[in-house]
Amino acid sequence: MNYMDEFRDRQVVLGLADRIKKLTAGRTEPMTFMEVCGTHTMAIYQYGIRSLLPPGVRLISGPGCPVCVTPNGYIDRAIAFSRLSGIIIATFGDMVRVPGSSSSLMEERARGADVRIVYSPLDAVAIAEKNPDRRVIFLGVGFETTAPAIAGSILTAAAKGISNYLVLAAHKTIPLPMEILSSDPELSIDGYICPAHVSAIIGAEAYRQLAEKRGIPCVVTGFEPTDMMQGVEMLVCQVVEGRSSVEIQYSRVVKWEGNRKAQSVIAEVFSVCDSEWRGIGVIPESGLEIGDKYSAFDAEKNIPVSVEEPREHQGCRCGDVLKGKTSPFDCPLFATVCMPESPVGACMVSSEGTCAAAYKYGR
Amino acid sequence: MCLGIPMKIISINGMDIVAEVDGVKREGSLMILDAEVQVGDYVVVHAGFAISKLDEEEALETLQLMREAFPVENAV
Repeated sequence: MNYMDEFRDRQVVLGLADRIKKLTAGRTEPMTFMEVCGTHTMAIYQYGIRSLLPPGVRLISGPGCPVCVTPNGYIDRAIAFSRLSGIIIATFGDMVRVPGSSSSLMEERARGADVRIVYSPLDAVAIAEKNPDRRVIFLGVGFETTAPAIAGSILTAAAKGISNYLVLAAHKTIPLPMEILSSDPELSIDGYICPAHVSAIIGAEAYRQLAEKRGIPCVVTGFEPTDMMQGVEMLVCQVVEGRSSVEIQYSRVVKWEGNRKAQSVIAEVFSVCDSEWRGIGVIPESGLEIGDKYSAFDAEKNIPVSVEEPREHQGCRCGDVLKGKTSPFDCPLFATVCMPESPVGACMVSSEGTCAAAYKYGR
Repeated sequence: MCLGIPMKIISINGMDIVAEVDGVKREGSLMILDAEVQVGDYVVVHAGFAISKLDEEEALETLQLMREAFPVENAV
C-alpha cells in the first residue's frame, strides 16, 4: 500500500456517485457543501468531482488558499522589506507572483532584490546561517498545517543561536471563519468538507462547536478522488438523516485530538491575534503572531520600514470568490484580463487558488 | 504550498529523515511529529516537516467501507 493508488479506484468513485444520487433522489431542496482547503479546491476540479454529483448537490470553495486570503498590506510590507539593503526574502514559491498594491516580489527580484524560494522554512534558517552579515526574512503565511513548521524553524534558529533569521508572520486559523461563513444566509451552507492536513494538526475535535452548536455537518476528508466522493456521501447522509456531527473520513491521517506535539510547538512560539482576511475583513482571534518570548525573530517588530497605503485591484472579485459568493466564471476579469501568466488577483496566482483551478481544469 | 502527500521513510538520522515518493526524495524533520516512526513507515510531509504518520489499520478500514459502495453489478 502506498496510500494513494488504493484511493483512486474508478469503480469505487462511480459506486459512491451512484449512492449519492440515490440518497438525494426526490429531494427538492439543494444541498451546498463548502471546502476550505486549497488542495480540495484543486482536487475537485482535477478529478471532475462536480460532474459526478447530481444537480441537487453543490460544492463551493471557501477561504482555503492561504496565499489568497493574505491581504495586500502584507505583500506590500514584504516588498518594502525586499527593497532594504542587507535583506534576503525567503518564501514558498506561490508568494512571489502575488500582486501587491503596486508591485510584486517577482518584479522586485527583477530589479535586484534578493528573493529566494524555499521548500521548507528550515532551508531559510540554513540561508541565514550561511549569510551571517545579512538578515533573512521568511514569509510566514499559512494555516495550522504550516504554522508548526514555521514555529519549528524559529525554535531551530533559537537553539543554534542564529539571530539573523526573522519571520514576517501572518498565520491564520480556519475554524473561526468557517463559523462566520456558516451563518451567512446568502451562502446557506449545509455542510463542510473539513480540511485534511490542517485537521491532522488541530484534530477533528476543533469542529465540534460548528457541528453541535451551529448544526453544520462536518466531515474531515482526504484528497484522493475516492476520499472526496466518500466525504460528500457522508455529508449527504447527515443532511438526509437530519444529523449534524463531526465525522472523519480521512482517518488514516487525522485523529480526534490532532497532533499534540505540533500544537505545543505552535503554543510555545505564537500567540493568538486578530487577523485580516482578504474578502472577509478582520476576524478577532483568527491569526497567530510571534509571542513575546520569541519576539527577537519577529520581522515586523524588529525591522522598521515604511509601507505604502494598500489598495485593492479594480474590478477584482477575489474577495467574493474567497467567500464562495462568486464563481470565478462570474468575474469579469477571469480569463480575459486576469490569467495565470498575468494575474490581477491572488486567487489566480496560487496553485491552490480557486481561479487558478477553474482556469486550469474548469473551462 | 499546502501540498502534503504520503511519503515512505527511507532513512532516519536523529530528527532528520529522507522520504520518497515516486522516486522523488525529500529531506524532512521529525521535530513536530508525535508518533514513533521507523524506516518503511509512511508519513505526510508538509513544508519539510513530517506532520502525521499514516495509520495502516484505518486505511484498510476506509477501503473496506468504500468497497461497500460498489454497485451490485460491479461487486467483486
